[in-house]
Amino acid sequence: MVNSVTFPVLSLLIFIPIIAGVIILFIPRDNKDLIRGIAITAAFSVFGLGLFTYISYNNTVGEMRAAQDAIIAEGGDLTGTRLYDTTLVFEERVVWVESLGITYHLGVDGLSVPMVLLTSMVTITGVLVSWRVEDRTREFMAFFLLLVAGVFGVFVANDLFVLFFFYELAIFPMYLLIATWGWVKLREYAAMKLTLYILIGSVVALVGAIAMVLQANNFFINEGAQVFADAVQSGLLPADSQEFSFSITQLTLAAEAGAFDLPFLGDLSFARLWFPFIFIGFAVLAGVFPFHNWSPDGHVAAPTAVSMIHAGVLMKVGAYAALRVGVQLMPDGAQVHLPWIVFLTLINVVYGAFIAFRQRDFKYVIGFSSVSHMGLVSMGWATMNLIGMTGAGLQMFSHGAMTALFFGCVGMVYDRAHTRDIPSLGGFIKVMPWVGVAFIVGGLTSMGMPGFSGFVAEFPIFVGMWNASPNISLQIGDFVLSNYYSVLVILAALGIVITAAYVLRVTGQVFFGEFKRENFPDVTDITLRERFVLIFLGAPLLILGLYPQIMEPMLVTGLRPVLALLGVST
Amino acid sequence: MTEFNFLASLPAIAPEIGLTIMAVVVLALDLYLPESQRHRIATVTAVGLIGTALVSLALWAPTPDTTGLYWGGMVRHDMLALIFKVMILFAGALTALMAVDSAGVGRKGEFYLIMIVSTLGACLISGAADLIMVFLALETTTIPLYVLAAFKRGDARSSESGMKYFLFGSFASAILLYGLSWLYGFTGQTNLYAIAEYLGSPAFSASAFPVLAALTLIVVGFGFKISAAPFHFWTPDVYEGAPTPVTAFLSVASKAGSFALLLRFLVATFPGAVVINGQEIQNFWVQLVTVLAVISMTFGNVVALAQRNIKRLLAYSSIAQAGYTLIGLAAVQVSSTSNGEQAVAAIAYYMFMYTFTNLLAFAVIVLFSEATGTETISDFAGLSRRNPWMALTMTIALLSLAGVPPAAGFFGKFFLFNAAVQADLVWLAIVGVLNSIIALYYYLVIIKVMYVDKGKDEDKPIPMSPTYVWATAGTTLIVVLLGTFGVQPIFDWALQAGRALLNT
Repeated sequence: MVNSVTFPVLSLLIFIPIIAGVIILFIPRDNKDLIRGIAITAAFSVFGLGLFTYISYNNTVGEMRAAQDAIIAEGGDLTGTRLYDTTLVFEERVVWVESLGITYHLGVDGLSVPMVLLTSMVTITGVLVSWRVEDRTREFMAFFLLLVAGVFGVFVANDLFVLFFFYELAIFPMYLLIATWGWVKLREYAAMKLTLYILIGSVVALVGAIAMVLQANNFFINEGAQVFADAVQSGLLPADSQEFSFSITQLTLAAEAGAFDLPFLGDLSFARLWFPFIFIGFAVLAGVFPFHNWSPDGHVAAPTAVSMIHAGVLMKVGAYAALRVGVQLMPDGAQVHLPWIVFLTLINVVYGAFIAFRQRDFKYVIGFSSVSHMGLVSMGWATMNLIGMTGAGLQMFSHGAMTALFFGCVGMVYDRAHTRDIPSLGGFIKVMPWVGVAFIVGGLTSMGMPGFSGFVAEFPIFVGMWNASPNISLQIGDFVLSNYYSVLVILAALGIVITAAYVLRVTGQVFFGEFKRENFPDVTDITLRERFVLIFLGAPLLILGLYPQIMEPMLVTGLRPVLALLGVST
Repeated sequence: MTEFNFLASLPAIAPEIGLTIMAVVVLALDLYLPESQRHRIATVTAVGLIGTALVSLALWAPTPDTTGLYWGGMVRHDMLALIFKVMILFAGALTALMAVDSAGVGRKGEFYLIMIVSTLGACLISGAADLIMVFLALETTTIPLYVLAAFKRGDARSSESGMKYFLFGSFASAILLYGLSWLYGFTGQTNLYAIAEYLGSPAFSASAFPVLAALTLIVVGFGFKISAAPFHFWTPDVYEGAPTPVTAFLSVASKAGSFALLLRFLVATFPGAVVINGQEIQNFWVQLVTVLAVISMTFGNVVALAQRNIKRLLAYSSIAQAGYTLIGLAAVQVSSTSNGEQAVAAIAYYMFMYTFTNLLAFAVIVLFSEATGTETISDFAGLSRRNPWMALTMTIALLSLAGVPPAAGFFGKFFLFNAAVQADLVWLAIVGVLNSIIALYYYLVIIKVMYVDKGKDEDKPIPMSPTYVWATAGTTLIVVLLGTFGVQPIFDWALQAGRALLNT
């Protein structure tokens, strides 16, 4: 559905940060106020656009649902693709490399809109917490904005190539930001590890994507010629479409018409062969076990703003791309492979929480808690039903804001106390009440307390697991394992208990107890700017927790196409 | 070929004519300009070469009723030749600009003269369509390069480099020549297209073995020229010892020309139609090239990890880059024409962007080593504080070599891997992408050194002359455009080159 808005909102989301970054590079390096001014202006501009996108999507979500209901009622072969086409708005489409079917095609759907809003929020807070970066401020802000542009690009891409382009674009500024401005002891090692882990996953997925496009091309030329002609005829695909195309809509069509279920290697279909590589290739960035190892080190080594955007947004990029490219385009592969991948996510949830409990370093606690919470997102994808996946969508937003808040708090404490060793801290709520309260809000979200967004996110995931249990079985040779999701969900709930334990432990040791002024002579309360950051990130946790209706309907519109492709009625 | 139309034949060698005129002009300027004014020769050379490139583009008017063979079948005038000639001319122009401030090189007219002659040879290679021409053009390119490598007579490293290059180069030429002579021996033809026709006709009845042997010899000869492993021995030493502008030039111009010729040689002379005793010759060279690609990529990247000297590092990286490009060559399987076209286009695009990228990297190295007298990677520490623009430029060049957007290398690699996947060589594409991860490590290390490490001379800024600022700014812009907005026109151009090569 091509929206009638001619204002290129999504392109601006990408290009405002890039242009601001380039301008910043040409400002004399000593003019730091101007540099910060441009950065914050750009950040507020993208926030305005992000909010605009969110609100306008939310305003039309009722109509969209009605339109989707009509399509579902009508039924037919291509329900999933048509649902996806309905939910896609703010589309922009310019042919980029014609001979290879690459189009600069942007569009947001119900899944990406919350992510766009989250990214724009973290951008503002990231610039604000980096206000006092004095070493090469110019380069810092320029690279930070470039990173933000890359992240926006992934969320708004509706062309597989464009998605990869921005995905890789985001990686390099991240490397420099961590390696140059990070924590001296760990930064070079952590930055390199992070970059290599993430890139290995993504380049393997890239080869898979090319193979996928080729497979779709062969399908549309031979068996699916009629499907393709009909889709162009009915306006589902643009009139200038060609068979060889990276368009996600077109690949969704191919997936639904069965292009990836044809035998590819021997009896194995394309979807079944490539799904693990593509899904896990992206999920590396979401910290899936056993490829989670880069994440805590990376988070700890990064400067505060980068930890915030990294754990807050970038890990969601991984989860989002795994769903968008993995599950949506290869539903048959998802049905075969997610039943075992769910074990990895369970390890994420429980093991991540255990490790977090054992940390002495304040920042490592949060780093491992991200691994644990992101496991819940992947687990939500693995439920393959509406309630579980909606929960995962909410968890992406909730965890994004929460973990950015956590890293903000850690940064504010560390900037003043110059240590992150938990046992030597104590009583900080007395001198930094705002940070203490914000951390407690984040902590309550983290352990899934009702009234906070963590509850409305995690509870549906568990319900989804429970509901999915009778429908899912895992076949290993002759042995069939069935109804095991119900066991996994009980184990995963254990992760929540441990989460509560480490959150309470850290809160108690850092913020309560006796404050030793002699150890921390310079510690003062935070500035107005920092209070703004905490409110800005903390408030959504409460709003979403008390009124999930603000986000849930749009996630449902975004998830219905995926579920229709998976053959689940919604 | 029957009728010789002089005027119609001129555009086919327009770049070469322009280069000859430039050579004379430079020689004259060298005589008349006083020592203090000699640096202007560089500007004249650069402007002249770019002008030549623009004129050749403007003169591009292929007459559709000819076979595209001119000058008695010696030269082929098609899009493939044109695109490679243009990139070689730009390489020459940028080399001239970066040589200006290079001590012992930039103020000598003969440097520019010899470089122009080498450029002339490289242009001829791109269009060569006859065994005689192939050999003459290759020698016209490399003999001046031996001289250039040894250009700093007082410098032992430079002399050693020239000597080594000469020894290995003549060895390679001899092997190549031997292969060519075999080919002539079987067929009695010297024109590449005539050879293909003869090999495909029933008149040719020899067994496949001698043809394969000749093919192997020829590929080995070219392997030296493009510095593909295991024929790369000369590369690191020559790169390290030669004056840096010369290294820059030989890493792109002779490589690009050799790739153009290798493409034409293999695709035009041994197309899929050539079947001898039931064996498709094409399968053989595809396998040969695949093996070379895997060895070059893996060897180049792994050994590059251990380098401390930036020029040696770029030497091994260039071996690896030759490996990536060979992936494209392996993917030119003529069974499906559109795939083949895309593979040829991928190679042309890769070489195009590689020319600018590598020259950009070398421009920074020239400037840096002129200012500091060192080429060790660890001495790049703190460059982002000493000259932020140089550090940024170098970063973009390295990212492009590594294949990270928004620099051109991302598209370059993407096109190659795409071609490989389309040709059913998924495994080769996987080997390629994993190698690009290894490569990313050592490129990132350089970036890290420039941005993160603290150097001992941090308070000493590195000055940059306006010529340099403009040259690097222009090249950087091209590298970024080739990775973003400029992809479509250039890739289309490259596709036309592919069409010209495959639809003969």
